[in-house]
Amino acid sequence: MIDLEFLISTLSLGSLYALLALGLVLVYGILKLVNFAYGEYLMVGGYAIYLSATYLNAPWWLTLIFAVLGAVLVSYLTELVAFRPVRSKSPNALIITSFAVSMFLQNIVLILISSRARPVSLPAFFSARVTILGATTPVRNLVIIGVTVVLLTALSLIMKKTVLGMAMRAAADQFTTTRLMGVPANVVISAAFVMSGLLAGVASIFWVSRSASVDPLSGAAPLLIAFIAVVMGGMHSTVGAVVGGYVYGLIFNLLSITLPASMISYRDAFMFALVVLFLLFRPEGIVKRGYTEERVG
Amino acid sequence: MSGIQNITAFVKRHSTLPVLMVPIIIAGILISLFGSRLLIDVFTFFCISLSLALGAQMIIGNGGVLAWTHVGFVGIGAYVTGILVTPVSVKEMGVPNMYPFLVDLQMPVLPSIVVAGLVAAAIAAVIAYPLMRLNDFASVITLFATLVVIHVVMTQWDNVTNGPRTFFGLPQWTTLTIALIAAMLAIAVAYYFRESGLGLKLRATRDDRHAAAAIGINMINVRYLGFILSALVAGVSGGLWALYITSFSPKAFYMAEMFMLLAMLVIGGAGSVSGATAGAVVVSVARELLRQTESTINNAHVLPFEVYGLAQLVMAVLLVVVLIWRPSGVIGGQELRWPLFKRKDRAEDAAEQKLAA
Repeated sequence: MIDLEFLISTLSLGSLYALLALGLVLVYGILKLVNFAYGEYLMVGGYAIYLSATYLNAPWWLTLIFAVLGAVLVSYLTELVAFRPVRSKSPNALIITSFAVSMFLQNIVLILISSRARPVSLPAFFSARVTILGATTPVRNLVIIGVTVVLLTALSLIMKKTVLGMAMRAAADQFTTTRLMGVPANVVISAAFVMSGLLAGVASIFWVSRSASVDPLSGAAPLLIAFIAVVMGGMHSTVGAVVGGYVYGLIFNLLSITLPASMISYRDAFMFALVVLFLLFRPEGIVKRGYTEERVG
Repeated sequence: MSGIQNITAFVKRHSTLPVLMVPIIIAGILISLFGSRLLIDVFTFFCISLSLALGAQMIIGNGGVLAWTHVGFVGIGAYVTGILVTPVSVKEMGVPNMYPFLVDLQMPVLPSIVVAGLVAAAIAAVIAYPLMRLNDFASVITLFATLVVIHVVMTQWDNVTNGPRTFFGLPQWTTLTIALIAAMLAIAVAYYFRESGLGLKLRATRDDRHAAAAIGINMINVRYLGFILSALVAGVSGGLWALYITSFSPKAFYMAEMFMLLAMLVIGGAGSVSGATAGAVVVSVARELLRQTESTINNAHVLPFEVYGLAQLVMAVLLVVVLIWRPSGVIGGQELRWPLFKRKDRAEDAAEQKLAA
């Protein structure tokens, strides 16, 4: 059961989930915003592929660039238009705003395009199968592992070596103090949203490639996965998010092969029950980091 | 003499109740006498929405707990009522996989609604016990996760809910009069809850949990009780809703509906019963107008595609605008009183309004 095939599929699933979780945590770390609209950035990425392929006849590599750009743009715009004016209000107001933004994006797509799923064409080599050391797997599984390694390396270099990265890390720890040191809040927060959108855009390519279609509600599932992964990994660090993503991929694959067929449909419920247990017994997640969220009791 | 004085004092002190109730009752009487079929439907639905929103206000507004689960408890109430009230023959046909003992269960309507509320409250009591300890991010995510779990169970447990398919065959029992009475009861319950010792403690924990703890308030306990009471109201309202709609599927108890409830609370102001009531009025009117607009556009075929989701789109924009412009809602955190614009404790209200934001 646990063979190379399982390993590759777990790694690729984990990579996708790690990207999802990381995008969510980047914004949460700085703004303490649980961004319900995050799933919609992926949905927008999917529609960007569909629209550019259908109406512009763009080649496949260009559609993928459009997907990332679309997600980045929408992420940045939502920050500018909705989150920035509400930022100074209560945390609940910010969360409700993100829920409203999510509803807005879903319904604007519903009105302008359609409620029906749209096909998303991805290059044929994505789903071509290759055999390595006796394990057969679609190429996209290998691509996403590679892409994730590159993105994670790049991101950690940005966070460690550049002034912006240092400012972001400082802001995630002590936002007020960081501002007092002369770091402009708007720039740091916008940067977090842009990076979050970038990760969502890249993830959207691999997300839609699995079902080869996109519909207005297709942001819900990745959002839930990002939530679970973040909680399991630890919501106060980017490392935690990545770890959470891979652990989620592992548990998901294990549940898929161990749960009896009649229980498979309850898999989401199991995952969420697990989250609740995690929060109760290890509220700081797998990766612990200095400051943790306060609990009432 | 003292009796009359007592009554006057009572009315003065609780003038919020008549201020909120009288206009709605008058509107209800006028609509039931002169209103068109459509208007009666809209008003009945408004009354049900109002009791849903007020149930949510009890915990979201007073406790500051973003109880995403609320719409799930509404669903539980609806299904329990459906199972208890629907005739056996209809259940046998409509829900072929239902457990035999559930098929045989039958009850008159009123006790069924009470049982619906109690079941919702009991489930809330079980799941909320661990959840109320959590705060901020953890609280939001777990409550949201709980809604997802409730939804998954509703769509998968076809021995009880008929799975993702429609549950149908309920008698239409909820009329304008019944919905109106229920809404008035909901206003009274939500108002007295807010003014009660428990409600006051809950508001204290919302405003400053450390200060509340310092004066000996057990935050977990008050949240827990508030959550259960709110679920009780949700279950009863869900039963009334089900007996009005008569057929429904799990889709009706998920994000889109929760969004409408949140919109009511946020637009009017979650901090007070008056705010939630005003929000329910605004959202109900806007929703109906937008639905009319939608069908007009679709029937006229002026656009090459069908328009759906206009109501949610506009509500989302409205919600963000209200949060930016007046985060405590249009009414704010205080209750409306008589006389409307002469409040003795203005300073206290202002402080509360600021904190409720």
